[in-house]
Amino acid sequence: MILAVMIGVLLIGGVLCWLSAQWSAAAPKWIALVASLLGLGLSVYCWVHFSGPELRGPWFIDFRASWIPSFGIGFHLAMDGLSLVLLLLTFFLGVLAVLCSWKEIRERTGFFFFCLLWTLAGISGVFVAMDLFLFYFFWEVMLVPMYFLIALWGDTRRRYAAYKFFIFTQAGGLLMLLSILALYFIHGQRTGSYTFDYFSLLNTAVDPSASKWIVAGFLIAFAIKLPVVPLHNWLPDAHSEAPTAGSLILAGLLLKTGAYGIIRIVLPLFPGDSAAIAHWAIPLGVAGIVYGALLAFAQTDLKRLIAYTSVSHMGFVLLGIFSFREIAMQGTVMQILTHGIGTGALFVMAGMLKERLHTRDLGLMGGLWTALPSMGGVFMLFTMASLGLPMLGNFIAEFLILLGTFLVSPVLTVLASGGLVLSALYSLRMMQKVFLGPVRGGTAVQDLSGREWLLLATLSVSIVALGLFPQPVINLVRPVVRLLVSN
Amino acid sequence: MTSTQFDALLPYTLLATASLVVILLIAFRRSHTVIQVVGFMLMCMVIAALLKVRSILPVSVPPLFRIDGLALLFTALIVFCVLIIGLFSFIYFEEREENPKEYYILLFLSTLGATILTISVHFISFFIGLELLSVSLYALVAYLRTRNNAVEAGMKYLVLAALSSAFLLFGMALIYMDKGTMDLTAIVPSGSILFVMGAGIMVVAIGFKLALVPFHLWAADVYQGAPTPVTSFIATVSKIGVFAVLLRFAQSIHLQEHPEVSTIFVVLAVASMITGNLLALLQQNVKRLLAYSSIAHFGYLLVSFLTVGEAGMQASVFYLLAYSIALLAAFGVIILLSNRNKEAEDLADFRGLFWKRPLIAAVFTIALLSLAGIPLTAGFPAKFFVLASGVRQHLWLPVVVLVLTSIVGFYYYLRVIGVLFAEAPEVEEAKEGMLQPFFYGAIYATLVVLTVLSFWLGILPASTADGIRDFLLIR
Repeated sequence: MILAVMIGVLLIGGVLCWLSAQWSAAAPKWIALVASLLGLGLSVYCWVHFSGPELRGPWFIDFRASWIPSFGIGFHLAMDGLSLVLLLLTFFLGVLAVLCSWKEIRERTGFFFFCLLWTLAGISGVFVAMDLFLFYFFWEVMLVPMYFLIALWGDTRRRYAAYKFFIFTQAGGLLMLLSILALYFIHGQRTGSYTFDYFSLLNTAVDPSASKWIVAGFLIAFAIKLPVVPLHNWLPDAHSEAPTAGSLILAGLLLKTGAYGIIRIVLPLFPGDSAAIAHWAIPLGVAGIVYGALLAFAQTDLKRLIAYTSVSHMGFVLLGIFSFREIAMQGTVMQILTHGIGTGALFVMAGMLKERLHTRDLGLMGGLWTALPSMGGVFMLFTMASLGLPMLGNFIAEFLILLGTFLVSPVLTVLASGGLVLSALYSLRMMQKVFLGPVRGGTAVQDLSGREWLLLATLSVSIVALGLFPQPVINLVRPVVRLLVSN
Repeated sequence: MTSTQFDALLPYTLLATASLVVILLIAFRRSHTVIQVVGFMLMCMVIAALLKVRSILPVSVPPLFRIDGLALLFTALIVFCVLIIGLFSFIYFEEREENPKEYYILLFLSTLGATILTISVHFISFFIGLELLSVSLYALVAYLRTRNNAVEAGMKYLVLAALSSAFLLFGMALIYMDKGTMDLTAIVPSGSILFVMGAGIMVVAIGFKLALVPFHLWAADVYQGAPTPVTSFIATVSKIGVFAVLLRFAQSIHLQEHPEVSTIFVVLAVASMITGNLLALLQQNVKRLLAYSSIAHFGYLLVSFLTVGEAGMQASVFYLLAYSIALLAAFGVIILLSNRNKEAEDLADFRGLFWKRPLIAAVFTIALLSLAGIPLTAGFPAKFFVLASGVRQHLWLPVVVLVLTSIVGFYYYLRVIGVLFAEAPEVEEAKEGMLQPFFYGAIYATLVVLTVLSFWLGILPASTADGIRDFLLIR
C-alpha cells in the first residue's frame, strides 16, 4: 500500500500544482516540494524499516489489487532492495529537481511542476511495478510529461530534441509491448492461465526461436533508454536542450530505467538468452565507454559534454550487468546511484552557469574560479568523481565492475580501464575550460545563493558518503544480486 | 411479423419517425432551437428503446434483419455519436444562419441508414441501408453550398460514392448468380471465378466507404470541404455502420478459414496504415490531418477484424468506441473555435491555444494523445487489445507494421500538440458575442464528459471490455 501511496502523492501533487497556479505563482513550487519530500520521507521510512540485519527474503513489500482481471492484468507493486535503492534515488533527485527549478522556471510554473511530478511518478512506478502491463503503462506515463518538459522549457533547439527523445523511446516502448504480448500468449498457451504477472511469467519455458525475438524487443527498448552506443543518438540532444531539472531527471533517473529493465526483466526471464547476449553486450559496453569519452572530449557545449560522459558511464553499467558476477553487479548498482548523483550535480551546475552567463559554450567561459570560488570547489569535487577518484562513489562502482569483469574477459576489461584514462582527459579539460585559465566572459556574477548551497551540499555529502561507506547499499541489494547471479 | 420482432425493431422505427417528426416540425414551426431540442430528445428515446430491447434479444426478422448483441452495440455507438454530433451542429449552423432546419432531416435519415447496416443480414437490406446513408450524405457534404470547398467535396463524394454503389450492386449480382442466395449468413465462400470476382468487387465498395487505401482518395478533400459536424459524422457514424456489416460477414463466413480472403484484408490494412500515417505527416490542415489519421486507424482496426473470434470483435468494438470518443472531442474543439467566416482548420489557428483557452486545448491534447494511443487515455487499452488479438493469431506482419507506423503517427500528433503549446501570437482577437450561452455550455460540458470518458476507459477499461463481451455473446 505504501508504494501506491508514494506514486499517488506525486500524481495528486502534480494535479494540485497545475490547479493552484491560477491563484498563486508560488504555490506550485511549494506543493511540488512538499509532495516530493513526502515521497522521500516514505522511501526513507521503508529504508529504515527494512534495512535491519534480519532479512526476510528478497521482497520487502508486495501489494496486489485487481485491475483488468479478464486479461490477467493486476495492479501489482512490489519492492526489493534494488527497487528501494532506486526509489530513494528517485525521490532524492526529485526533491533536488524541484529545488533547482525554483528560480529558473518563471513562466507556467503550474504546468511545469505538474510535468515534473508526473515524470517522477512514472519513473517510480517503473521501479516497483511487478506486472508487465503495469510496467509498460508506467514506462509510457513518464514519456509524455518529459516530452513537455523538454519541448516547453528547453533551449533553442528544444522542439527537435523533444521529438527525437519521444520517438526513439516510444519506438523502443512499442517493441517492448509486442514482446510482452508474445510472452503473455506463450505463457498462456503453455499453462492455460493468461496473466501479465511478473512472478508467474518468471518460469515460462519459451522456445529458443521465439525467445530470441522476444528478448530482442525488450533489449531494444532498454538499450535505447540506457543508452547503448548505436542507439544513443537522442541522448545528447535531449540532455543539452532540456531545462536543468529535465537534464537532472533524464541523466539521473530515466537512463536508470533502462538498466533496471535489463536487470529486472531480461536477466531473470531469459537466463539462457542473456548468456548469449553477453558476447555482444560486453563489447558494446566497452565501445560505449571509449566512444562516449572520446566524443565528450571533443564537445564545445558544456551540457553536451556532460551528456556524452553519461554515455561513457552507462557503458560500465552494461559491462557490469552482463559479466554475471556478483561483485560486478554490486558495482552496477553503485554506478547507477553515483552516476545519478554525480552527473546530476554537474547538470545542476551547468544550469546555474547558464543562468549567470546565458551560454553553454565552453569557448565563452574561463577563469570563473575568481568569481565563483564556492561553485568552483564543488565543480572540482564532481569532476574528480566523474574521473573516478578514490574516496568518491564512482571509484567504488567502477572498481567493482572492472574487478568482476576481469574474470570474464581480461582483454575487454583492459580496454574499458583505458576509458578511465580518457575520462580523466575530458573531465580535466572541462574543469580547465570553465573555471581555470584566462578570464573570459563576465566576472560580475554572483556566487552560490543559499538555496544553491543547500542543493550542492547535499549532493556533495552523498557522493562522498557513498565513496566512504558503500556497505549499506551493498547489503541492501545483496539478496537480489545473489538471486540474479545464481541463475 | 410477430410482436417480438416488432418490439425488437423499435429503436429503428423510432429513428425513422425522428426524420418525419422533424419534417412536420419544419412545416409548423421553423425554429432551430425547437428542432434541436426535439431531435435530442428523440435520440435519447432511441437509447432508452435500445436498453429496453436488450432483454428480448436475439431476434431474427427473416430474411432481412437480425437484431443481436453485435447490432445493438453498434447501433448504440452510432446513436451516441449522433447525439453528440447533433449538439455540435447547433452552434455550428446557428452561427452561419444558413437555414439549418433541413439539415436535421438528412442527419437522422443517414443515421437510420447506418443503423440499418448494423442489423442487416441480407444484400437487399445492406444495400438499402448503404444508400440511405450515402444519399443523405451527398446533400450533407455540400450543405453549405456557398463555401469554397463544399461543392467540390460534394461532387467528389457523389461521383465516387455512386460509383462504389454500382460496384457493390454488381458484386452482389455476381455472387447471387453463383450462389443463388442473397443471405449473408448462408453464403459459403468458394473458389469459383464468379464468387471471387463478386467478393473482390464488393471489397472495393466497402473499402471506399471505410476509406481504406487504395480507395481513400476522396477522404481528405471531403473531410476538408464538408461542414465540420458532417465531417465528424462521416468519420464516425458512416464508417461504424459499414464496419458492422463487414464484421458480421466475416463472422458468418469464418474468415480465418479462408486465407485468400484474409490476405486481401492484410494488404488493405498494411497499405492503409502506411499510407495514412505517411500522408498525415505533411498536412498543415487539421481536418485533412484527421482524415489521414482516420485512414490509418481503420488500418489498425482491420488488424483486429482479421482475427475474427471473440477477442477480435471485442477489440474492434472497444477500438471504435475509443476512436469515436477521441475524434468527436477533436472535431468538437474545431467547431468551437470556428467562427462564421472561417473554419479553424489551419494549424496556425491553434497556435498557443493552451495559454489562451486551456480547457479546450487540454481536451484537444487528450483527444490527440488518445488517437496516438498514449496510456491513461482510451486509445491505449484500445490499441493494446488490437495488438493482443493480432499477436494471439500470429498476424506478425500487420502487427509489426502497426507498431512501426504508429511511431510515425506520434510525430504528427506531437506536431499538433506542439503547436497548441507554442508561444501564443500577440494579436488580441475581438471577443464575439455568444449566440446561445446554454448551448455553448452544453458543448463545453460534452467535451469535458468525452475527456472524462476517455480517461475512464483508459484507466479502468475492464468493466467496459467485459460489458462489450457480454453483448457480443447475445447471438
